[in-house]
Parts: sequence; structure tokens; C-alpha cells
Amino acid sequence: MSAAATTIAHEVPPQAGPRAFLHRLRQGDEIAHLITLTFAALILLLTSMLVYELWRNSHLSRSAFGWAFFWTKVWDPNFDNFGAAPFIYGTLVTSAVALVLAVPLGLASAIFLSELAPRNISDVISFLIDLLAAVPSVIYGLLGIFIVVPLMRTTLGPLLINTVGNLPYVGALFRGPNYGVGFLTAGIVLAIMVVPFIISVSREVLLTVPREQREAAMALGATRWESTWQVVVPWARTGIMGSVFLALARALGETMAVTMVIGNAAAIKASLLAPGDTIASTIANQFTEATGDLYLSSLIELGLVLFLITFILNGLARILIVATERGGGRPA
Amino acid sequence: MSSPRIIWRKSLNFVMLTLTGVAAFAVVSVLFLILGYLIWNGGTSLSWNFFTQLPKPVGETGGGMANAIVGSLKLLFLAAVMGLPVGLLAGVYLAEFGGKTFSFIVRYTTDLLNGVPSIVIGIFAYSLVVLPVKHFSALAGGVALGIMVIPITVRSTEEFLRAVPGNMREAAMALGASKWKTIATVVLPAASGGILTGMLLALARVAGETAPLLFTAFGNRFWSQGWGQPIASLPVMIYTYAVAPYDDWHRQAWAAGLVLLALVLLSNLGARFILARSKAV
Repeated sequence: MSAAATTIAHEVPPQAGPRAFLHRLRQGDEIAHLITLTFAALILLLTSMLVYELWRNSHLSRSAFGWAFFWTKVWDPNFDNFGAAPFIYGTLVTSAVALVLAVPLGLASAIFLSELAPRNISDVISFLIDLLAAVPSVIYGLLGIFIVVPLMRTTLGPLLINTVGNLPYVGALFRGPNYGVGFLTAGIVLAIMVVPFIISVSREVLLTVPREQREAAMALGATRWESTWQVVVPWARTGIMGSVFLALARALGETMAVTMVIGNAAAIKASLLAPGDTIASTIANQFTEATGDLYLSSLIELGLVLFLITFILNGLARILIVATERGGGRPA
Repeated sequence: MSSPRIIWRKSLNFVMLTLTGVAAFAVVSVLFLILGYLIWNGGTSLSWNFFTQLPKPVGETGGGMANAIVGSLKLLFLAAVMGLPVGLLAGVYLAEFGGKTFSFIVRYTTDLLNGVPSIVIGIFAYSLVVLPVKHFSALAGGVALGIMVIPITVRSTEEFLRAVPGNMREAAMALGASKWKTIATVVLPAASGGILTGMLLALARVAGETAPLLFTAFGNRFWSQGWGQPIASLPVMIYTYAVAPYDDWHRQAWAAGLVLLALVLLSNLGARFILARSKAV
């Protein structure tokens, strides 16, 4: 069609077959198509190479430990005995702490920005929050080491031990020695880092909720808060879940800030105040020191595990966000 | 009239709505706290020497991070040279040529690549570039950052190309331009402001990346001896100096943090400025 439009009448270009292909080749369209296609395919190639390299280089570790790698609690480079359990535990705990703190804060802020604040104020605040998301993680780590850790050691930690630490059940999370570094500190820093993502995605999703939904609720006599909490938020809940998954994927893979404040100890402890390690922080700390082949291979297998977890979470998050933006998660 | 129920509902309304406002301002104030701390702690440690001198040996105070600043710029240059063209052309493919299924796969993979933790990208670059030659190099760091640049560039390029009105394409074709000529001379220039913004944001994001550089570019206390040798970078310097036990290093870590944050935030502001201007035209 475009070929017909671009030639002058003396020669009617062939519509199909190898001659048509040659014709379009002369016009440059096929070449441009092929070149851009190559680069698009390069992305697929890179991603599959990434998976392949992780798989291939973790071969030694996979064949030495098998599935037991996931539940072995020992990480001992001296005796070439490696298990990922402490790091998987640390990754899950720090991310859970981060979400517990970040989801209410992020959702509340998103509600304020989409439902209450005038549009221009909301835009300015969203812009500032986007800037917050752009702050490099090593800077969060820097502030974590010199501000959050001392705060934890001198004020927040003792406070938690003396109050919540005495309660039954929950108390177990806040007992034992308090070093300032540990799961809780890492979780707090992570929470600050993922809040911007929850806010910006949730705000977008909340803004797509039709106006009529709010008006209908108000017309039935609901207060502003009731209309927001019982109508608007349930409508957008799938998308909000998506934003939480995105935040979770980021929290799981976050490296520098966590490495700097978690204390680096391959141990599973019930107390949130105890030092620990995450998958990412272990790789960051030990990769350049890994002397043996099996040691290095085990670290790469940790990378493979991390890749698979975030791969699945990101996929789920995309599906949820797209689902809400297309039709709205109608409350049952 | 004002039954207890109504009073309860109204006060709940007031309390919850106030709380959402408090939450939003708390989050925003974190940004100003970060800026304040860095300017306070970094500003007092920042001096001319920081920009012009090499790091002093352990134990001696003073010195600067000239090599890390240049190193970061070199790594960014490598990332830009390797990542931006791939991102741009793949973005053009998705917006202008792509079919249905293949484009969907490419888009999905791009999103997944964007979500891969940076430390895993580091392992990938390590196995691609460092393992075969058995030593750390600036090139490996550039590859790691370059890979991270790609997905961000692809998505922003595609988005801004799609925003170009269809009648501009039709007008160009009606004048006899072939498809690629239309793209190269009409569509791309029309979207250039947005595409440039996306590229700048992508570079700003990788400028602060530390994790993928730890075992690719590694670090260096001297001037780098070439692309095949380890090279210093600001983020890695901040990390090493912050976790070290010397007060003078902590001081310098704050200074480096301030420089890095200024670099990243200014390029973000610059990118938005370009976008606002290109939209106004």
C-alpha cells in the first residue's frame, strides 16, 4: 500500500512476491524495518543470555547441593558448604517489614493526592515524590548508616524493647541485643525507598476510577472518606495490589542500602533487631572475595534465585495493573 | 439530628482525611530531609581538592575523588554508547514497524529486564566480560550500565513516538516520502524532546547505580589505565568510604554523596525542563 503511494505512475509496483520485496528494499523501508527488528530481537537475546549465563555458571553449586540449597542453614566458605536459607529468610523479612510500613503510608498519600489535593498541588507533590524515587540507593545507604542506625541504637531500639518487647507473641520480634544494624533497620530504609513507587502507581490507578462512582456514593449520603474507602479504593484494588507487587519486587532486589545497614550475618534470628543478610547483600559483600569455584557458583545461584523471584513478581504486577486500567476491578 | 452515629462518621471522615494529608507531607518531607542532611554534612566537607585530587593513602587525611568523578563520566559514556542506540532503535521498531505477537513479547521482555535487580545485571556482565579475561574492567562496568539503560530508553522512545499525531505521518507519505524517510525526517524530530528526556532519565538512573559496578568496574584508587582496567566511580567510592572506619573517609563520602545527588537530581530537573519546552512548542 505504501509502495503504491510512493511510486510514480509509469511503473505499477508489484504487490507481492520477491519483486515487491526488492522494490521496497530499494525504497529503504525493508532495510529500516530489518535494522530496527534486529535491535528489538537483541533485547530478547540479551534477556535469554542473562538467564542462560546464570544457569550455566551456577551449575557447580546446583549439582553439589541440589534442592537442599534452599533449606540448608549453613553458609560456610571454609568448608565449601553453602545453603541459601538465611539469605532467603533475610530477604523475606526485610521486604515484609518494608511493606508493612510502606503500604499504609503510600496508600494514604496516594488517596490524598488523587482524592483531596487540588490538581496543581497534587502534581507538584507527585513531582517531588518522583524525585525521591530517583535518589540513588547508595545515598539511602549513606543516610541509613549515619542517621537511621544511630537512631535505632540509641532511641528507637531501646524504646521498642521496653514497650513492644514485653508483649506476648509480638514481643519475640523485639528482644535480644540491639546493635542498631539489623532486619528492622534495613526494613525501614527499604520502606522509605519503595514508598514513592507505591504512591505514583496507586495515584495513577485511583485517578482512573470514574467520577460517577464517587458521586453515586456521595449521593447515597456517604462521607468523603466512606466514598473513598468503600467505593473508590475497592474499585482500584487490583491496580493497588499491582503497585504493591512492584514495590515488593524492588525491595527484594535492592542491594546497596540494605548491605550498608543490615549487619551482614548469615543467621536466622526471630528478633528483628538482630543483624542478618539478604540474597542481594550477600552477593554484594562476598562476590569479589569468593575464592573457590563452588563458592562463586553458589553466589551465582543466589543471583538466579533472586532473578526468578523478581521475574515472577514483576509479571504478576504487570498483569494486575493492566487489568485494572482496562476494566476496573469491580467489587463483588 | 446529630445522632452519635453521624458524629462518629463525621469525625472518622475528618481524622482519616487528615491522616492521608499527613502521610503525603511526611513522604515529601523525607526528600527535604535527605537534601538537608547531604547539604549540611556534604557541603562542609566539599572543597576544591575534592574535585582535583586523587584519594590519599589510607591514614592520611585530605585528598579528593577526581578519578571517581572522571570514572563515573567514562562509565556513563560507555553505557550511553552501548545502551542508547539499542533502546532507540528497538523503540522505533515497537512504535512504527512492530506486528502484534512479536511486539508483545519484546515489550514484555523489556519490562522484565527493567525489573531485574541491578546486582543480577552485575553478575551477568561479570560472566560476559570479566570471566573470559579474568580481570575487572571499565568495559564490564559500561556493559552492566548499558544493559540497564536499554529498557528505560525503549519504553520512553515508544511512548513518545506513539504520541506523534498520525496525520503528520500521512502528510509526509502524501508528499511521496517512503516510510523510513517519514520516520527519520518527520516522526523522530517531532518526538525528539520526549526521546531525549527519556534518555537523560535513563542515564540519570544508572549514574547512581552501585551494585552492578562492585564486581565489574570494581574500583581504583588511581587514574584508570584504560578501558580494560578497573576504574573508580562515585557510587562505589561512597559505599567503600561510608563502610570504612575512618572519620575523614566518612566526611568525603558525604561530599561525594552531595555531588552524586546534585548530578542525579539536576539531570532529572533538566529532563523535565526539556519535556515541558518541547510540549509547549
